[in-house]
Amino acid sequence: MDWASLRLSLELALWTTALLLPLAIAIARGLAWRRFPGKGFVEALIALPLVLPPTVLGYYMLAAAGRAAPLGEAYEAVFGGPLVFTFEGLVVASLLVNLPFAVQPLQRAFEAVPEQLREAAWCSGLSRMATFVRIEMPLAWPGLASAAALTFAHTLGEFGVVLMVGGSIPGETRTISIAIYDRVQAFAMTEAAIMSAALLALSFVAVGVVYGLGQRGLVRRR
Amino acid sequence: MTGLSAHLAQPAPIPLDAEVACGPGELLALVGPSGAGKTTILRAIAGLIRPRTGRIACNGEIWFDAASRVFLPPQRRRAGLVFQDYALFPHLSALGNVAAALGHVERSARAARARDLLARVHLEGLEERRPDGLSGGQRQRVALARALAREPSVLLLDEPFAAVDQVTRRKLQRELALLRREIAAPTILVTHDLAEAAALADRMSVLYRGTTLQHGTPDEVANRPVTPQVARLMDQPNVFAGRVAGRGPPGRLALRWGDIALEARDDGHFAPGADVAWMIPAAAIVLHRRERPSRGERENPLSGTIEEVLFLGETASITLRAGAGGAAPALTFSVSAHTARRNALAPGAAAAVSLLADAIHLMPPGE
Repeated sequence: MDWASLRLSLELALWTTALLLPLAIAIARGLAWRRFPGKGFVEALIALPLVLPPTVLGYYMLAAAGRAAPLGEAYEAVFGGPLVFTFEGLVVASLLVNLPFAVQPLQRAFEAVPEQLREAAWCSGLSRMATFVRIEMPLAWPGLASAAALTFAHTLGEFGVVLMVGGSIPGETRTISIAIYDRVQAFAMTEAAIMSAALLALSFVAVGVVYGLGQRGLVRRR
Repeated sequence: MTGLSAHLAQPAPIPLDAEVACGPGELLALVGPSGAGKTTILRAIAGLIRPRTGRIACNGEIWFDAASRVFLPPQRRRAGLVFQDYALFPHLSALGNVAAALGHVERSARAARARDLLARVHLEGLEERRPDGLSGGQRQRVALARALAREPSVLLLDEPFAAVDQVTRRKLQRELALLRREIAAPTILVTHDLAEAAALADRMSVLYRGTTLQHGTPDEVANRPVTPQVARLMDQPNVFAGRVAGRGPPGRLALRWGDIALEARDDGHFAPGADVAWMIPAAAIVLHRRERPSRGERENPLSGTIEEVLFLGETASITLRAGAGGAAPALTFSVSAHTARRNALAPGAAAAVSLLADAIHLMPPGE
């Protein structure tokens, strides 16, 4: 069992989930309640990682943020190191790949909160922030939990984009899914089997959480 | 200046040209057909929409003034709004819903205050229920308690009785009439139910496509509409065209209605020769009873043929075509079902009525 890579995967999943959720909440609320020109285009852009091969996304990340690219140079000038082939680079790639997994459940959840409830909250004297914390989030929380579980599980299992952007540097960018691949390449099937089973269990728990919440949401709405 | 006064105007998206004035303790009903802009006006007063131009002031405080770019958000307006379908917070108990509007009260006192408010609307014992465990009438009461919790400077009720059954509606209307005595704030009730407005309101504002057509007591608006359009919106069935033929006895005008000469009350607005619209409330058309003539029969007697008799429960709606030629439009009035049967009122039968002169109301001719 490659503990370092399991730990790295968990760290990556936690960081991605923690950073992505606030961003996804802001995007999902905007998409749920606002009408603006180009909304369909924005939604399509967010959904794109669902269908795009991760290698394609990884390629564009490399092209845009590689050491020779302007974005990569700018990052290096500010932070003193490259973005690609680092843990930070993995987090950025992960955020992009997971955007639909976080935004879509949240958007559905916010869409289900009637506009009138927010208006009623304002008329009751609740500030916009208080309305968000006390009215919107308690009603949208199954969506938030789904978004968190999906993002977490999906990040654990990410392979293509991680390999493209991170390479396979032990302790830095070698996540568990890549470690499994490496073990299989090296014919170390027992180790690969143990790690695969661990990943399977983690993913099952996460997806179970999503479906469990989905059921509860349905029961509640009835 | 106490109470609420508002002038709202905009060409789009919902056209508005409305005047609203409501004094402390007064109940103003905004009436008009669907799409008249009633709810839009409430939303503007609450601060949920910002009209293009206009001004809203409440108890001397300016809430909105397009000219000086003042626009207070709903949180700073102290307007208690009861939404049409109540908009209760589904994840909070009745108590939680009311307490949510008590942000201005010290935290430790909120629960007790919320309980008091729920008791005022007769919901003792249901404090811990969530909205999905309450009946329609109970939800409406929670919404009312929540609106009152803010100690509002103006109470806004958007069709508060539309979503409940008839029996509950009567009960809630009674409760509102009783509760009103304790509410010092101006109260604005949006309704399309004219009987409800007449029963509950001190004043009424008739709206049509966002424009205020008339403002007055329910009696004024119903019986002294300023235009034939208001008369029709107030569901007056007897609105006709006529001409002032001359002065009659003191206080009376001679009115010509086709071939028929009538006497009407003269309030000095119309000179002889003027084309007018005129109306008479159904209640001021008195049926001549065959066996029991009464004094009222000397006033504007008319005879004609009954066209239609419609029994609606305890009353019968009668349509009578006056005169012999059948050229005059038909009058509609109501009698008790009992009277209709005893006088053998049936289509084709001859009947006579009197139009009470004091109730005949003259208006400028319609468009």
